[in-house]
Amino acid sequence: MPGLTHYLVVSALLFALGLFAVVTRRNTVAILMGVELMLNAANINLVAFNKYVAPGAMQGQIFALIVITLAACEAAVGLALVLAAYRTLETVYVDEINVMKW
Amino acid sequence: MTQAAWIIPLLPLAAFALITAAGPRLPGRGAYVSIAGIVLAGIGGLVVLGEVIGGAHADVTYTWAVLGAKPITVGFVVDPLSAIMLAMVGVVASLITIYSVGYMAGDPHYPRFFAYLSLFQFSMLFLVLADNFLFIYAGWELVGLCSYLLIGFWFERPAAARAALKAFITTRVGDFSMMIGILIIFLYTGSLRFDEAFRSIQGGALAGPLLTAAAVLVFGGAIGKSAQVPLHVWLPDAMEGPTPVSALIHAATMVAAGVYLVARTYPLFLLSPNHAALTIVAYIGGITALVAATMGVVEDDIKRVLAYSTISQLGYMMLGLGVLGYTAGMFHLITHAFFKALLFLGAGSVIHGVATNNIKQMGGLAQVMPWTAWTFIAATLALTGIPPFAGFFSKDQVLAAAFAHDRVLWALGAAGAFLTSLYMGRLIWYTFAGTYRGGDPGAARAHGAGHAPGPHESPAVMVVPLAILAVFAVFLGWAGAESLGNPFGRFIHFAGVEPVPPNFGLLVVSIAIAVAGWAAAAAIYVWRIVPSESLRRAMPWAYTLLVRRYFVDDLYAWVFIGLGGLVVRLAGLFDRYVVDGLVNLVGWLARQVGLGLRYIQTGREETYLLLVFLGVVVIVVARLVW
Repeated sequence: MPGLTHYLVVSALLFALGLFAVVTRRNTVAILMGVELMLNAANINLVAFNKYVAPGAMQGQIFALIVITLAACEAAVGLALVLAAYRTLETVYVDEINVMKW
Repeated sequence: MTQAAWIIPLLPLAAFALITAAGPRLPGRGAYVSIAGIVLAGIGGLVVLGEVIGGAHADVTYTWAVLGAKPITVGFVVDPLSAIMLAMVGVVASLITIYSVGYMAGDPHYPRFFAYLSLFQFSMLFLVLADNFLFIYAGWELVGLCSYLLIGFWFERPAAARAALKAFITTRVGDFSMMIGILIIFLYTGSLRFDEAFRSIQGGALAGPLLTAAAVLVFGGAIGKSAQVPLHVWLPDAMEGPTPVSALIHAATMVAAGVYLVARTYPLFLLSPNHAALTIVAYIGGITALVAATMGVVEDDIKRVLAYSTISQLGYMMLGLGVLGYTAGMFHLITHAFFKALLFLGAGSVIHGVATNNIKQMGGLAQVMPWTAWTFIAATLALTGIPPFAGFFSKDQVLAAAFAHDRVLWALGAAGAFLTSLYMGRLIWYTFAGTYRGGDPGAARAHGAGHAPGPHESPAVMVVPLAILAVFAVFLGWAGAESLGNPFGRFIHFAGVEPVPPNFGLLVVSIAIAVAGWAAAAAIYVWRIVPSESLRRAMPWAYTLLVRRYFVDDLYAWVFIGLGGLVVRLAGLFDRYVVDGLVNLVGWLARQVGLGLRYIQTGREETYLLLVFLGVVVIVVARLVW
């Protein structure tokens, strides 16, 4: 029977993986995937706390749904930006997208 | 006309504005406009003089501003003193302006010359009419500016540019003293109007040593403007300007403004305890009269000889005012204005004819330029005090007043009178007698171009003003003659200061001194009993002292340019290395900090994210630990 701690450990691992991807990957699509992982780690946290700390309340689950919606929006805008960047700069590597760097 | 006397200065001002705006397109390239302005002003001045003799008087005042409870009033006064000055300035300036048409012919900056001349005439007439310290100070500065502009008229010559600067800065020293004096008077009396301020001083608003100090400070302005010792150094150098300028500004009018100032503020000096301020005026004047005359004896530049003579004669005027000879000082001012203007215009005519300033290169000019020569000689006789020429009457009145007051001052003046005859005799014999010594072969002056070679008489436009001035130089003295009841003395006098009765013994002595000076000049330069070369060999130290002008210029150069320059250089170093250093240090520090910090700004979002994450970790850990 898994307890709250198990969920939190999984969530923390998932968040760390996401952060690692965001910090280390050069590919913009991979970075967006890292961001998704971090958001979902937060979602696990939200529903886990909802279940174990305040079982009668619904706020945690609703908040998780909102985050999923936000994540979808973010993916849509982010991928659109990646496409636009690829069309003008012919690259998706963030270290090469540096036209605004001094 | 008397009530509307304020229009008189505006006529030359209008001429100035017109010439400045339209310049070469005007008739006579501006000259006729300038002449019209000053001649009308001169006629106005004569009309005013006539009305004032008939008893008219005007004092137009209005309040310009109120400082605290102290109203500053400005206005014009027409009384005998300003009326006689108006007439004198108007007549002399008219003749000089007409003369300038001939003298300046062919100069590339002809309209500019007349514009400046008109501006000067306005400033001088404005100064003369002032009834308050504010206007007289404004006029004072305006004439100083015009003097600067006209001395430096040929500014492409470095000597002229330097002389203009020297004149301006030297007189500024005096002007500053005058300003302090005026401020003291304003502070204690609460009025800038002459009559109110003097009434207030009479009532005891300002007394004792402070009154003397205020009077002496105001006199400081006169020392600068009238080139009295120790601020006399600028006037000889001012001869770099065109000769009509020397005649108008540096002989007849502006330099006499100092004397006029003392006469105008005479109650200030008179009320000073024990006549201390008047004694200072008298001694400065007496010393100047003698010292300047000695320097004139060794000078070879015809205009510079006259410049020293002017300084010396201004000294006589100051001496006259200082020894309670109010009428005598003013009378000498008026007569001197006419004959010294004539001398300068004559010198200009000579320079025009021979294209050199050096009297040792002239000679024999009496035959080729008789009009110039004879008018010049008439003016010289007036200057040296030979009866019945103008200077005899006025100088004798000054000396008589000095004799009655203080024998030392009389001795200074008498010695100066002897030297006056000596240097003027030398000038006459070098310039007009003997044979022509060839002029300056290398001289090429702008106005000399296109003339026939060799000395020649000047055109009529120059000679006629000479002749008119000569009439004044010969006959004007009778206006102050005792035998005719001294009409000048009845017109210009200061209540409470009565002229001394004529002293016939002294009169004879004065004439004897003047004649002795001529005789000495003749003995040295004509009969050659004691040739000047042997005199120079016998007294080399005296000759050096005089030629180097008592080392006053060297002293000023050493003190103000050497010592002052050192201070300036030190201040410059302080500014460059300490003040600038501090400012630069601040900039340098900001730059270095920025240069260090810019390595954080990689422009890579990975770094930023990592830093954000590390920041969160630090905050969380810190929260857990505490």
